[in-house]
Amino acid sequence: MAENKLLVPDREAGIIGYGAYIPRYRLPVKEVARVWADGKGGLPIHEKAVTGLDEDVITMSIEAARNALARSGIDPTEIGAVWVGSESHPYAVKPTSTVVAEAIGATPHVLAADWEFACKAGTEAIQASIGFVGSGMADYALAIGMDTAQGRPGDALEYTAGAGGAAFIIGPAKDAVCVFEGSYSYATDTPDFWRRANAIYPEHGERFTGEPAYFSHTQTAAESLLEALGATASDFRFAVFHQPNTKFPMRVAKSLGFGQDQIEAGLLVPEIGNTYAGSAMIGLTSILDIADPGDRILMVSYGSGAGSDAFSLRATEALPRRRGSAPATLIYVKRRTEIDYATYARLRGKLVLK
Amino acid sequence: METSQHWRLRKQRYALVGEVCPHCESKIFPPRDICPDCGEDAREMYQFSGRGEVYSHTTVYQAPSGHAENVPYPVAIVRLEEGPLVTAQLTDVGDQPIEIGTPVEMVTRKLGADGERGMLVYGYKFRPALVER
Ligand SMILES: [Zn+2]
Repeated sequence: MAENKLLVPDREAGIIGYGAYIPRYRLPVKEVARVWADGKGGLPIHEKAVTGLDEDVITMSIEAARNALARSGIDPTEIGAVWVGSESHPYAVKPTSTVVAEAIGATPHVLAADWEFACKAGTEAIQASIGFVGSGMADYALAIGMDTAQGRPGDALEYTAGAGGAAFIIGPAKDAVCVFEGSYSYATDTPDFWRRANAIYPEHGERFTGEPAYFSHTQTAAESLLEALGATASDFRFAVFHQPNTKFPMRVAKSLGFGQDQIEAGLLVPEIGNTYAGSAMIGLTSILDIADPGDRILMVSYGSGAGSDAFSLRATEALPRRRGSAPATLIYVKRRTEIDYATYARLRGKLVLK
Repeated sequence: METSQHWRLRKQRYALVGEVCPHCESKIFPPRDICPDCGEDAREMYQFSGRGEVYSHTTVYQAPSGHAENVPYPVAIVRLEEGPLVTAQLTDVGDQPIEIGTPVEMVTRKLGADGERGMLVYGYKFRPALVER
Protein backbone atom coordinates (compact mmCIF):
# COMPACT_ATOMS: atom_id res chain seq x y z
CA MET A 1 0.00 0.00 0.00
CA ALA A 2 1.28 3.43 -0.95
CA GLU A 3 2.10 5.97 1.70
CA ASN A 4 -0.41 8.38 3.04
CA LYS A 5 -0.50 11.00 0.29
CA LEU A 6 -0.74 14.39 1.94
CA LEU A 7 -1.27 17.04 -0.76
CA VAL A 8 0.92 20.11 -0.30
CA PRO A 9 1.90 22.47 -3.15
CA ASP A 10 5.37 23.98 -3.71
CA ARG A 11 4.06 27.45 -3.03
CA GLU A 12 1.78 27.74 -0.02
CA ALA A 13 -1.80 28.64 -1.01
CA GLY A 14 -4.83 29.99 0.82
CA ILE A 15 -8.28 31.47 0.46
CA ILE A 16 -8.08 35.13 -0.61
CA GLY A 17 -11.82 35.76 -0.67
CA TYR A 18 -14.94 33.73 0.06
CA GLY A 19 -18.61 34.21 -0.72
CA ALA A 20 -21.87 32.40 -0.13
CA TYR A 21 -25.27 32.36 -1.77
CA ILE A 22 -28.59 30.94 -0.57
CA PRO A 23 -31.89 31.62 -2.38
CA ARG A 24 -34.69 33.31 -0.49
CA TYR A 25 -37.49 30.72 -0.44
CA ARG A 26 -37.86 28.07 2.28
CA LEU A 27 -39.94 24.92 2.18
CA PRO A 28 -40.54 23.50 5.67
CA VAL A 29 -40.08 19.78 5.07
CA LYS A 30 -43.21 18.98 7.05
CA GLU A 31 -44.88 20.19 3.83
CA VAL A 32 -43.29 17.30 1.92
CA ALA A 33 -44.53 14.92 4.61
CA ARG A 34 -48.01 16.49 4.46
CA VAL A 35 -48.33 15.89 0.73
CA TRP A 36 -46.60 12.53 0.43
CA ALA A 37 -46.79 10.77 3.82
CA ASP A 38 -50.00 11.94 5.57
CA GLY A 39 -47.76 14.16 7.67
CA LYS A 40 -46.19 11.08 9.23
CA GLY A 41 -42.58 10.06 9.73
CA GLY A 42 -39.49 11.75 11.11
CA LEU A 43 -38.09 14.87 9.48
CA PRO A 44 -34.35 14.86 8.61
CA ILE A 45 -34.10 18.68 8.64
CA HIS A 46 -36.32 21.66 9.50
CA GLU A 47 -36.57 23.38 6.13
CA LYS A 48 -34.73 23.71 2.83
CA ALA A 49 -33.79 26.59 0.55
CA VAL A 50 -35.57 26.73 -2.81
CA THR A 51 -34.58 28.78 -5.87
CA GLY A 52 -36.80 31.47 -7.35
CA LEU A 53 -38.16 31.08 -10.90
CA ASP A 54 -35.24 33.07 -12.31
CA GLU A 55 -32.41 31.29 -10.48
CA ASP A 56 -30.14 28.41 -11.37
CA VAL A 57 -26.55 27.31 -10.76
CA ILE A 58 -25.28 30.05 -13.08
CA THR A 59 -27.04 32.93 -11.32
CA MET A 60 -26.25 31.61 -7.83
CA SER A 61 -22.59 31.11 -8.76
CA ILE A 62 -22.38 34.68 -10.07
CA GLU A 63 -23.56 36.13 -6.76
CA ALA A 64 -21.30 33.92 -4.62
CA ALA A 65 -18.36 34.80 -6.90
CA ARG A 66 -19.10 38.53 -6.59
CA ASN A 67 -19.08 38.17 -2.80
CA ALA A 68 -15.76 36.30 -2.92
CA LEU A 69 -14.31 38.99 -5.21
CA ALA A 70 -15.46 41.78 -2.88
CA ARG A 71 -13.65 40.14 0.04
CA SER A 72 -10.52 39.37 -2.00
CA GLY A 73 -9.91 42.96 -3.08
CA ILE A 74 -8.35 41.70 -6.35
CA ASP A 75 -9.32 42.78 -9.86
CA PRO A 76 -11.34 40.05 -11.65
CA THR A 77 -8.94 40.18 -14.62
CA GLU A 78 -6.24 38.76 -12.31
CA ILE A 79 -8.16 35.45 -11.99
CA GLY A 80 -6.44 32.66 -13.94
CA ALA A 81 -9.18 30.02 -13.70
CA VAL A 82 -12.95 29.97 -13.15
CA TRP A 83 -14.06 26.49 -12.11
CA VAL A 84 -17.63 25.59 -11.17
CA GLY A 85 -18.47 22.26 -9.55
CA SER A 86 -22.12 21.18 -9.65
CA GLU A 87 -24.46 18.35 -10.49
CA SER A 88 -27.15 20.72 -11.74
CA HIS A 89 -25.40 22.76 -14.44
CA PRO A 90 -28.21 24.45 -16.46
CA TYR A 91 -26.84 23.19 -19.78
CA ALA A 92 -25.89 19.60 -20.58
CA VAL A 93 -23.35 21.03 -23.05
CA LYS A 94 -22.16 24.63 -22.61
CA PRO A 95 -20.13 25.61 -19.60
CA THR A 96 -21.58 27.34 -16.56
CA SER A 97 -18.10 28.74 -15.97
CA THR A 98 -17.93 30.92 -19.10
CA VAL A 99 -21.14 32.74 -18.17
CA VAL A 100 -19.89 33.24 -14.61
CA ALA A 101 -16.47 34.41 -15.82
CA GLU A 102 -18.08 36.88 -18.24
CA ALA A 103 -20.50 38.25 -15.61
CA ILE A 104 -17.77 38.92 -13.03
CA GLY A 105 -15.38 40.43 -15.59
CA ALA A 106 -12.77 37.66 -15.60
CA THR A 107 -12.86 37.05 -19.38
CA PRO A 108 -11.18 36.56 -21.81
CA HIS A 109 -7.67 35.62 -20.60
CA VAL A 110 -8.84 32.85 -18.34
CA LEU A 111 -9.16 29.08 -18.07
CA ALA A 112 -12.82 28.20 -17.55
CA ALA A 113 -14.31 24.76 -16.91
CA ASP A 114 -17.09 22.89 -15.14
CA TRP A 115 -16.37 20.12 -12.67
CA GLU A 116 -18.43 17.06 -11.90
CA PHE A 117 -18.33 14.55 -9.05
CA ALA A 118 -21.76 14.48 -7.41
CA CYS A 119 -21.51 16.47 -4.17
CA LYS A 120 -17.74 16.96 -4.14
CA ALA A 121 -17.34 18.70 -7.51
CA GLY A 122 -16.71 21.99 -5.72
CA THR A 123 -13.93 20.73 -3.46
CA GLU A 124 -12.28 19.06 -6.47
CA ALA A 125 -12.14 22.55 -7.98
CA ILE A 126 -10.49 23.72 -4.74
CA GLN A 127 -7.90 20.92 -4.91
CA ALA A 128 -7.13 21.86 -8.52
CA SER A 129 -6.97 25.56 -7.60
CA ILE A 130 -4.43 24.84 -4.86
CA GLY A 131 -2.33 23.00 -7.43
CA PHE A 132 -2.76 25.71 -10.07
CA VAL A 133 -1.77 28.49 -7.67
CA GLY A 134 0.75 26.36 -5.78
CA SER A 135 2.66 25.52 -8.96
CA GLY A 136 2.82 29.18 -9.98
CA MET A 137 0.75 28.67 -13.15
CA ALA A 138 -1.60 31.38 -11.90
CA ASP A 139 -1.86 33.75 -8.98
CA TYR A 140 -5.58 33.33 -8.46
CA ALA A 141 -8.21 30.69 -9.21
CA LEU A 142 -11.93 30.82 -8.49
CA ALA A 143 -13.46 27.55 -7.23
CA ILE A 144 -17.24 27.30 -6.85
CA GLY A 145 -19.46 24.55 -5.45
CA MET A 146 -23.14 25.23 -6.21
CA ASP A 147 -26.28 23.20 -6.67
CA THR A 148 -30.00 23.42 -6.99
CA ALA A 149 -30.63 19.92 -5.90
CA GLN A 150 -32.85 17.53 -7.76
CA GLY A 151 -35.14 14.99 -6.14
CA ARG A 152 -38.11 12.98 -7.36
CA PRO A 153 -41.37 14.24 -5.83
CA GLY A 154 -42.13 12.16 -2.75
CA ASP A 155 -38.69 10.52 -2.72
CA ALA A 156 -36.56 10.56 0.45
CA LEU A 157 -34.25 13.04 -1.30
CA GLU A 158 -37.06 15.57 -1.64
CA TYR A 159 -37.02 16.07 2.13
CA THR A 160 -33.46 17.39 2.06
CA ALA A 161 -32.54 18.57 -1.47
CA GLY A 162 -31.87 22.31 -1.05
CA ALA A 163 -30.13 25.03 -3.07
CA GLY A 164 -27.09 27.23 -2.56
CA GLY A 165 -23.32 27.10 -2.36
CA ALA A 166 -20.10 29.01 -2.08
CA ALA A 167 -17.21 30.50 -4.03
CA PHE A 168 -13.56 30.72 -3.01
CA ILE A 169 -10.74 32.66 -4.60
CA ILE A 170 -7.56 30.68 -4.02
CA GLY A 171 -4.25 32.54 -4.12
CA PRO A 172 -0.79 32.82 -2.54
CA ALA A 173 -0.76 32.34 1.25
CA LYS A 174 0.72 35.80 1.90
CA ASP A 175 -2.57 37.48 0.87
CA ALA A 176 -4.88 34.85 2.34
CA VAL A 177 -7.63 35.06 4.98
CA CYS A 178 -6.85 31.42 5.73
CA VAL A 179 -4.09 29.12 4.47
CA PHE A 180 -4.22 25.48 3.45
CA GLU A 181 -1.97 23.42 5.75
CA GLY A 182 -2.53 20.35 3.61
CA SER A 183 -5.25 18.34 1.94
CA TYR A 184 -6.05 14.75 1.12
CA SER A 185 -8.30 12.96 -1.40
CA TYR A 186 -9.81 9.50 -1.20
CA ALA A 187 -11.94 7.80 -3.87
CA THR A 188 -13.34 4.36 -4.71
CA ASP A 189 -15.93 3.03 -7.15
CA THR A 190 -19.00 2.87 -4.90
CA PRO A 191 -22.50 2.91 -6.47
CA ASP A 192 -24.51 4.72 -3.79
CA PHE A 193 -26.17 7.44 -5.92
CA TRP A 194 -26.26 8.30 -9.61
CA ARG A 195 -28.19 9.94 -12.39
CA ARG A 196 -28.02 8.58 -15.94
CA ALA A 197 -27.38 11.02 -18.80
CA ASN A 198 -30.98 11.76 -19.80
CA ALA A 199 -32.73 11.08 -16.50
CA ILE A 200 -34.33 14.04 -14.70
CA TYR A 201 -34.06 12.60 -11.19
CA PRO A 202 -31.22 10.72 -9.52
CA GLU A 203 -31.39 7.17 -8.16
CA HIS A 204 -29.92 6.04 -4.88
CA GLY A 205 -28.91 2.72 -3.38
CA GLU A 206 -31.31 3.06 -0.43
CA ARG A 207 -29.56 1.68 2.69
CA PHE A 208 -26.28 1.58 0.79
CA THR A 209 -25.76 5.33 1.16
CA GLY A 210 -24.56 5.27 4.78
CA GLU A 211 -21.88 2.85 5.93
CA PRO A 212 -19.80 1.90 2.84
CA ALA A 213 -20.37 5.24 1.15
CA TYR A 214 -20.63 8.43 3.25
CA PHE A 215 -19.14 7.21 6.53
CA SER A 216 -16.32 5.12 5.14
CA HIS A 217 -15.10 7.86 2.76
CA THR A 218 -15.43 10.94 4.96
CA GLN A 219 -13.95 9.16 7.95
CA THR A 220 -11.00 7.71 6.04
CA ALA A 221 -10.24 11.04 4.35
CA ALA A 222 -10.38 12.94 7.63
CA GLU A 223 -8.34 10.37 9.57
CA SER A 224 -5.68 10.15 6.84
CA LEU A 225 -5.31 13.93 6.73
CA LEU A 226 -5.10 14.27 10.52
CA GLU A 227 -2.55 11.47 10.72
CA ALA A 228 -0.37 12.98 7.97
CA LEU A 229 -0.46 16.36 9.73
CA GLY A 230 0.14 14.80 13.15
CA ALA A 231 -3.04 16.48 14.38
CA THR A 232 -6.09 15.41 16.37
CA ALA A 233 -9.63 16.74 16.64
CA SER A 234 -8.74 18.87 19.65
CA ASP A 235 -6.25 20.89 17.55
CA PHE A 236 -9.18 22.34 15.57
CA ARG A 237 -11.62 24.97 16.68
CA PHE A 238 -14.02 24.15 13.84
CA ALA A 239 -14.91 21.24 11.58
CA VAL A 240 -17.38 21.01 8.71
CA PHE A 241 -18.51 17.92 6.82
CA HIS A 242 -20.71 17.24 3.82
CA GLN A 243 -24.31 17.47 5.06
CA PRO A 244 -26.85 15.24 3.29
CA ASN A 245 -28.98 15.49 6.47
CA THR A 246 -28.37 16.52 10.09
CA LYS A 247 -27.53 13.05 11.42
CA PHE A 248 -24.69 11.97 9.12
CA PRO A 249 -22.24 14.87 9.72
CA MET A 250 -22.97 14.77 13.47
CA ARG A 251 -22.22 11.07 13.61
CA VAL A 252 -18.98 11.23 11.64
CA ALA A 253 -17.85 14.24 13.67
CA LYS A 254 -18.45 12.35 16.90
CA SER A 255 -16.58 9.26 15.78
CA LEU A 256 -13.60 11.45 14.82
CA GLY A 257 -13.64 13.05 18.27
CA PHE A 258 -15.23 16.42 17.41
CA GLY A 259 -17.74 17.95 19.80
CA GLN A 260 -20.96 19.79 19.00
CA ASP A 261 -19.27 23.16 19.72
CA GLN A 262 -16.77 22.50 16.91
CA ILE A 263 -19.32 21.64 14.22
CA GLU A 264 -22.24 23.91 15.11
CA ALA A 265 -21.10 27.00 13.15
CA GLY A 266 -20.76 25.07 9.88
CA LEU A 267 -23.86 22.91 10.24
CA LEU A 268 -26.36 24.73 8.02
CA VAL A 269 -28.33 21.74 6.71
CA PRO A 270 -31.22 22.01 9.24
CA GLU A 271 -32.09 25.49 7.86
CA ILE A 272 -31.15 25.32 4.15
CA GLY A 273 -31.09 21.62 3.25
CA ASN A 274 -28.46 19.62 1.44
CA THR A 275 -26.82 21.93 -1.07
CA TYR A 276 -24.88 19.05 -2.66
CA ALA A 277 -21.65 20.43 -4.21
CA GLY A 278 -22.14 23.53 -2.06
CA SER A 279 -22.74 21.73 1.24
CA ALA A 280 -19.38 21.58 3.04
CA MET A 281 -18.18 24.73 1.26
CA ILE A 282 -21.01 26.97 2.40
CA GLY A 283 -20.53 25.59 5.91
CA LEU A 284 -16.92 26.79 5.69
CA THR A 285 -18.05 30.32 4.73
CA SER A 286 -20.20 30.42 7.86
CA ILE A 287 -17.17 29.40 9.94
CA LEU A 288 -14.94 32.03 8.29
CA ASP A 289 -17.55 34.63 9.27
CA ILE A 290 -16.70 34.07 12.95
CA ALA A 291 -13.24 32.43 13.13
CA ASP A 292 -10.34 34.22 14.84
CA PRO A 293 -6.77 34.45 13.51
CA GLY A 294 -4.88 31.25 14.29
CA ASP A 295 -8.01 29.06 14.45
CA ARG A 296 -7.65 25.75 12.64
CA ILE A 297 -10.55 24.44 10.55
CA LEU A 298 -11.15 20.97 9.08
CA MET A 299 -13.36 20.67 5.99
CA VAL A 300 -14.36 17.28 4.57
CA SER A 301 -16.56 16.92 1.50
CA TYR A 302 -18.27 13.81 0.20
CA GLY A 303 -19.36 12.98 -3.32
CA SER A 304 -21.33 9.88 -4.24
CA GLY A 305 -19.72 7.49 -6.56
CA ALA A 306 -17.67 7.96 -4.28
CA GLY A 307 -14.96 10.11 -2.74
CA SER A 308 -13.97 12.63 -0.10
CA ASP A 309 -11.63 15.62 -0.07
CA ALA A 310 -10.31 16.76 3.31
CA PHE A 311 -8.65 20.12 3.98
CA SER A 312 -6.89 21.60 6.97
CA LEU A 313 -7.01 25.40 7.11
CA ARG A 314 -5.64 28.04 9.45
CA ALA A 315 -7.19 31.53 9.71
CA THR A 316 -4.84 34.51 9.34
CA GLU A 317 -4.74 38.04 10.70
CA ALA A 318 -6.34 39.28 7.47
CA LEU A 319 -9.63 37.43 8.06
CA PRO A 320 -11.39 39.83 10.48
CA ARG A 321 -10.72 42.93 8.38
CA ARG A 322 -11.82 41.41 5.07
CA ARG A 323 -14.97 39.53 6.08
CA GLY A 324 -17.11 42.67 6.26
CA SER A 325 -16.75 43.39 2.52
CA ALA A 326 -19.64 41.03 1.62
CA PRO A 327 -22.82 39.79 3.36
CA ALA A 328 -22.29 37.18 6.10
CA THR A 329 -23.68 33.75 5.29
CA LEU A 330 -26.18 34.02 8.15
CA ILE A 331 -27.73 37.06 6.44
CA TYR A 332 -28.68 34.76 3.58
CA VAL A 333 -29.85 32.05 6.00
CA LYS A 334 -32.12 34.52 7.79
CA ARG A 335 -33.46 36.13 4.59
CA ARG A 336 -36.39 33.78 4.31
CA THR A 337 -39.82 33.63 2.73
CA GLU A 338 -41.76 30.52 3.65
CA ILE A 339 -43.59 28.72 0.84
CA ASP A 340 -46.01 25.79 0.69
CA TYR A 341 -45.75 22.69 -1.47
CA ALA A 342 -47.83 24.22 -4.27
CA THR A 343 -45.53 27.22 -4.62
CA TYR A 344 -42.55 24.90 -4.32
CA ALA A 345 -43.88 22.76 -7.17
CA ARG A 346 -44.24 25.90 -9.27
CA LEU A 347 -40.79 27.29 -8.45
CA ARG A 348 -39.13 23.96 -9.21
CA GLY A 349 -40.78 23.85 -12.63
CA LYS A 350 -42.96 20.90 -11.74
CA LEU A 351 -46.06 22.60 -13.22
CA VAL A 352 -46.15 22.30 -16.99
CA LEU A 353 -47.98 25.12 -18.83
CA LYS A 354 -47.74 23.63 -22.32
CA MET B 1 -34.00 37.86 -30.31
CA GLU B 2 -31.17 36.35 -32.31
CA THR B 3 -28.33 34.49 -30.61
CA SER B 4 -25.87 37.04 -32.01
CA GLN B 5 -27.81 39.91 -30.46
CA HIS B 6 -27.82 38.21 -27.02
CA TRP B 7 -24.07 37.78 -27.40
CA ARG B 8 -23.37 41.41 -28.27
CA LEU B 9 -25.39 42.63 -25.30
CA ARG B 10 -23.94 40.23 -22.72
CA LYS B 11 -21.53 42.58 -20.95
CA GLN B 12 -24.04 45.34 -20.30
CA ARG B 13 -26.75 42.84 -19.45
CA TYR B 14 -24.85 40.49 -17.12
CA ALA B 15 -23.19 43.14 -15.02
CA LEU B 16 -24.59 46.61 -15.75
CA VAL B 17 -21.55 47.75 -17.70
CA GLY B 18 -22.14 51.17 -19.27
CA GLU B 19 -19.99 54.14 -20.23
CA VAL B 20 -18.52 57.23 -18.63
CA CYS B 21 -18.18 60.51 -20.50
CA PRO B 22 -14.53 61.68 -20.50
CA HIS B 23 -15.72 65.30 -20.97
CA CYS B 24 -18.36 65.79 -18.28
CA GLU B 25 -18.05 62.62 -16.14
CA SER B 26 -21.66 61.63 -16.83
CA LYS B 27 -22.32 57.92 -16.30
CA ILE B 28 -24.25 56.42 -19.19
CA PHE B 29 -26.54 53.38 -19.28
CA PRO B 30 -27.32 51.70 -21.59
CA PRO B 31 -24.10 52.47 -23.47
CA ARG B 32 -24.68 54.59 -26.60
CA ASP B 33 -21.20 56.02 -27.31
CA ILE B 34 -22.49 59.60 -27.23
CA CYS B 35 -22.97 61.50 -24.00
CA PRO B 36 -26.66 62.44 -23.52
CA ASP B 37 -25.60 65.37 -21.33
CA CYS B 38 -22.93 67.13 -23.39
CA GLY B 39 -23.24 65.45 -26.79
CA GLU B 40 -19.54 64.50 -26.96
CA ASP B 41 -18.04 61.07 -27.74
CA ALA B 42 -18.20 58.74 -24.73
CA ARG B 43 -16.84 55.22 -25.22
CA GLU B 44 -14.99 54.47 -22.00
CA MET B 45 -16.46 51.42 -20.20
CA TYR B 46 -17.88 51.97 -16.75
CA GLN B 47 -18.91 49.34 -14.20
CA PHE B 48 -21.98 50.56 -12.33
CA SER B 49 -22.20 49.72 -8.62
CA GLY B 50 -25.62 48.13 -9.08
CA ARG B 51 -27.07 50.15 -6.21
CA GLY B 52 -30.07 52.37 -6.67
CA GLU B 53 -33.62 53.03 -5.54
CA VAL B 54 -37.10 52.45 -6.88
CA TYR B 55 -38.22 55.48 -8.91
CA SER B 56 -41.51 53.96 -10.04
CA HIS B 57 -42.99 50.46 -10.11
CA THR B 58 -45.90 48.31 -11.26
CA THR B 59 -46.93 44.65 -11.42
CA VAL B 60 -47.32 42.71 -14.65
CA TYR B 61 -50.26 40.28 -14.77
CA GLN B 62 -50.51 39.87 -18.56
CA ALA B 63 -47.01 38.92 -19.62
CA PRO B 64 -45.55 39.20 -23.10
CA SER B 65 -44.91 35.86 -24.83
CA GLY B 66 -42.17 33.80 -23.22
CA HIS B 67 -42.84 35.18 -19.73
CA ALA B 68 -46.25 33.62 -19.00
CA GLU B 69 -44.85 31.28 -16.35
CA ASN B 70 -43.55 34.25 -14.32
CA VAL B 71 -46.78 36.21 -13.68
CA PRO B 72 -47.43 38.15 -11.61
CA TYR B 73 -44.07 39.91 -11.47
CA PRO B 74 -43.01 43.43 -10.45
CA VAL B 75 -41.27 45.79 -12.86
CA ALA B 76 -39.61 49.04 -11.84
CA ILE B 77 -37.79 52.05 -13.09
CA VAL B 78 -34.69 52.21 -10.93
CA ARG B 79 -32.63 55.34 -10.33
CA LEU B 80 -29.03 54.11 -10.21
CA GLU B 81 -26.86 55.87 -7.62
CA GLU B 82 -24.69 57.13 -10.50
CA GLY B 83 -27.72 58.86 -12.05
CA PRO B 84 -29.23 56.93 -14.98
CA LEU B 85 -32.75 55.46 -14.92
CA VAL B 86 -33.06 51.77 -15.83
CA THR B 87 -36.19 49.72 -16.41
CA ALA B 88 -35.94 46.17 -15.08
CA GLN B 89 -37.80 43.39 -13.31
CA LEU B 90 -37.70 43.27 -9.53
CA THR B 91 -37.00 39.86 -8.02
CA ASP B 92 -36.86 38.18 -4.58
CA VAL B 93 -39.34 40.68 -3.22
CA GLY B 94 -40.96 38.09 -0.94
CA ASP B 95 -43.29 39.82 1.48
CA GLN B 96 -41.29 43.07 1.58
CA PRO B 97 -43.34 46.12 0.56
CA ILE B 98 -42.01 47.94 -2.52
CA GLU B 99 -42.32 51.70 -2.43
CA ILE B 100 -40.86 54.65 -4.26
CA GLY B 101 -37.42 55.10 -2.72
CA THR B 102 -36.94 51.46 -1.66
CA PRO B 103 -33.19 50.71 -1.87
CA VAL B 104 -32.46 47.98 -4.43
CA GLU B 105 -29.38 46.26 -5.83
CA MET B 106 -28.58 44.59 -9.12
CA VAL B 107 -28.50 40.81 -9.39
CA THR B 108 -27.90 38.70 -12.49
CA ARG B 109 -30.82 36.38 -13.13
CA LYS B 110 -32.38 34.24 -15.81
CA LEU B 111 -34.45 36.48 -18.09
CA GLY B 112 -35.89 33.60 -20.07
CA ALA B 113 -35.14 30.88 -22.56
CA ASP B 114 -35.58 30.57 -26.30
CA GLY B 115 -38.07 27.71 -25.97
CA GLU B 116 -37.26 24.18 -24.80
CA ARG B 117 -34.12 23.78 -26.89
CA GLY B 118 -32.83 27.31 -27.29
CA MET B 119 -30.28 29.22 -25.26
CA LEU B 120 -30.82 30.52 -21.75
CA VAL B 121 -30.72 34.30 -21.47
CA TYR B 122 -29.29 36.00 -18.38
CA GLY B 123 -29.36 39.62 -17.39
CA TYR B 124 -29.81 42.18 -14.66
CA LYS B 125 -32.78 42.48 -12.34
CA PHE B 126 -33.04 44.32 -9.04
CA ARG B 127 -33.95 43.07 -5.57
CA PRO B 128 -34.51 44.80 -2.24
CA ALA B 129 -31.05 45.58 -0.82
CA LEU B 130 -29.82 42.61 1.23
CA VAL B 131 -27.93 44.73 3.75
CA GLU B 132 -29.03 48.18 4.91
CA ARG B 133 -26.72 50.96 3.80
ZN1 LIG C 1 -20.59 64.36 -21.35
